[in-house]
Amino acid sequence: MADFWFQFLLALDSSIRVATPLILGAMAGIFSERSGIIDISLEGKMLMAAFVAAAVAYGTGSPWLGAIAAIIVSIIASLIHGFACIIHRGNQVISGLAINILASGLTVIIGIALFRQGGQTPTLPKSARFNSIELPFAQYFADNIPILGVVYKELISGHNILVWLALASVGITYYILFKTTFGLRLRAVGEKPEALDSAGISVSKMRFQAIIIAGILCGLAGVYLSTATGAGFVKEMTAGKGYIALAAMIFGKWRPVPALFACLMFGFLEAVAARVQGAEFPIIGEISSDLLLALPYVLTVVLLAGFIGGVSPPRAIGQPYIKER
Amino acid sequence: MQASRLPAYVDILVIPLLNLLTALFVAGIIIAIIGENPFTALSIMLKGAFIYKGGLGYTLFYTTNFIFTGLAVAVAFHAMLFNIGGEGQAAMGGLGIGLVALGLGGILPVPIVILLAIIGSAIFGAIWGVIPGYLQAKRGSHIVITTIMFNFIASSIMIWLLAGLLMAPNQMSPETVSFADGVMLFKIHQILNSMGFSVARSPLNLSFVLALLCCFAVWVLIWRTRFGYRIRATGFSTKASAYGGYRPEWIIILVMAISGGLAGMMAVNEILGVQHRVILNFTSGYGFTGIAVALMGRNHPVGIIFASLLFGALYQGGAELDFEFQTITRDMVIMIQGLIILFSGALAYMFNPFLERIFLANKGQKEPENG
Repeated sequence: MADFWFQFLLALDSSIRVATPLILGAMAGIFSERSGIIDISLEGKMLMAAFVAAAVAYGTGSPWLGAIAAIIVSIIASLIHGFACIIHRGNQVISGLAINILASGLTVIIGIALFRQGGQTPTLPKSARFNSIELPFAQYFADNIPILGVVYKELISGHNILVWLALASVGITYYILFKTTFGLRLRAVGEKPEALDSAGISVSKMRFQAIIIAGILCGLAGVYLSTATGAGFVKEMTAGKGYIALAAMIFGKWRPVPALFACLMFGFLEAVAARVQGAEFPIIGEISSDLLLALPYVLTVVLLAGFIGGVSPPRAIGQPYIKER
Repeated sequence: MQASRLPAYVDILVIPLLNLLTALFVAGIIIAIIGENPFTALSIMLKGAFIYKGGLGYTLFYTTNFIFTGLAVAVAFHAMLFNIGGEGQAAMGGLGIGLVALGLGGILPVPIVILLAIIGSAIFGAIWGVIPGYLQAKRGSHIVITTIMFNFIASSIMIWLLAGLLMAPNQMSPETVSFADGVMLFKIHQILNSMGFSVARSPLNLSFVLALLCCFAVWVLIWRTRFGYRIRATGFSTKASAYGGYRPEWIIILVMAISGGLAGMMAVNEILGVQHRVILNFTSGYGFTGIAVALMGRNHPVGIIFASLLFGALYQGGAELDFEFQTITRDMVIMIQGLIILFSGALAYMFNPFLERIFLANKGQKEPENG
């Protein structure tokens, strides 16, 4: 039993690690989509950022410079999306898809041109990465305080700074969206842009601000993948995480706190999937980890179909705003 | 999408070409930045795609894939549905072929197995398209999100089956056993060689003919049948079409079935034409390329044939880049594809104001002469 609890604790711990890029991606999605811009390019932005973070961290030896460069590139990708969808009123899904495909190709091409390692970056030394931060007294508490001490050591201590940033981003997103004028306007621009326009606020400017914030958050998610959990960039390293973040955002009904729980749940599913591979269970028998990994997608489809409560996306989502003259 | 006031030939020819050139121009700049000569790269691609021995066959082989997935996206576009699920639908199509070929191969005569396998691919693809269609029509879930999710679900199912129930015994890679002897489509080079022509080996097979037949069928469906008229009416305005007495829900569901079926038939080319067994990830992104093809081809079968040929040449030529350059790989083609989707899809109307100034200004001067 004790062993089970310890395993469970480790599964929770790895859920948080898996969920971190999902949380950052989901918050990015919330900013963008709440302003009325569909963002399926979370995946591509994360991928570009992951590459740039690793490349710059390798070149300069500083993970911080890598992170800054990654965020800048991710913002540029957001601006391309904005240029197409806000300025030229292009189809937002097509634009997002273009960025994703572009990211798949570009990261590998530039990777080969710079490092000649088949699209990977060289392995980063420890000094060029964001390493885990052991909280004070972790070992002491684990040895001396029953249960809580172990929880403190295994679950709370030992995460890198980006995990904390991701968790903080949920609170910040909530605060900005629901407690500030900017947030009110941002939500309004995704529901009824003409109302904002008649109040003399620029719809385009609001939407650009929203997608720039989304760019920053996706940038951080990419940084996490290649310079915190990973030690370098690998071809297609996001592997659909941007899409799972999108699913989590929908699952959380475009709200930061429920989206956080969706991310943690999806992260937990993945952590469990890694552990049950090949294991036999009473009654149900062997659980396929492949099918378990598909569960986030299935759940999102079921939710969207309205079988578990209703979902209503921002009303003006996907529609380019045409200013009346 | 906004209405254009430009003459038809500008809309159909000039704009797609201009968008394509812009995409290639940007790709050229990127090639130059990484230190290679874009013109050398272009000439190697063209030679690889059309001139080198067997190149044309490979180009047309890829073209076949893109015709299927391009048609799938285009049919859905006519009803204003965005089917990004081609990848998953094609994977399921491959599963359909595999189940028929492995289940009935050796029991029924070979031609009947092949025919049933082709039908199986269409049905399995259609099922994978019709569920998102139903969910959009009856439950209001957004088709874009559902089809994205269905791609991932299909991929998980394929991994689960090919590494489990359907996995060939005594080997490591996730794939089925080979189909029974003869359960495959003839290669075009075999047919032509038997007729006395000398043609280089290539994977090009009879699926190419099937793809062209599908183009014709889609043209008839969309522009020459009452149902096609309803599809376009639904795409134009769901409300108007409901007012006209149609049931838009059913049109959405049927269109997604057709779209999914077409995407599923891509597997005929890869699985029945070349692999003769079901392998993992045989769709390799062709479903997504279908979106670029449909955008470039303006959702018209003739346009789709040309756009597929373009992408077929890019893929085959891109393979040639792998041999010739150390720094350029096939990923260059993926990047070009992304640029084409960006410029001919998302930024499709970027040049409209500019072109309107040119073409409509001329027209303005001519009109007094005519009148």
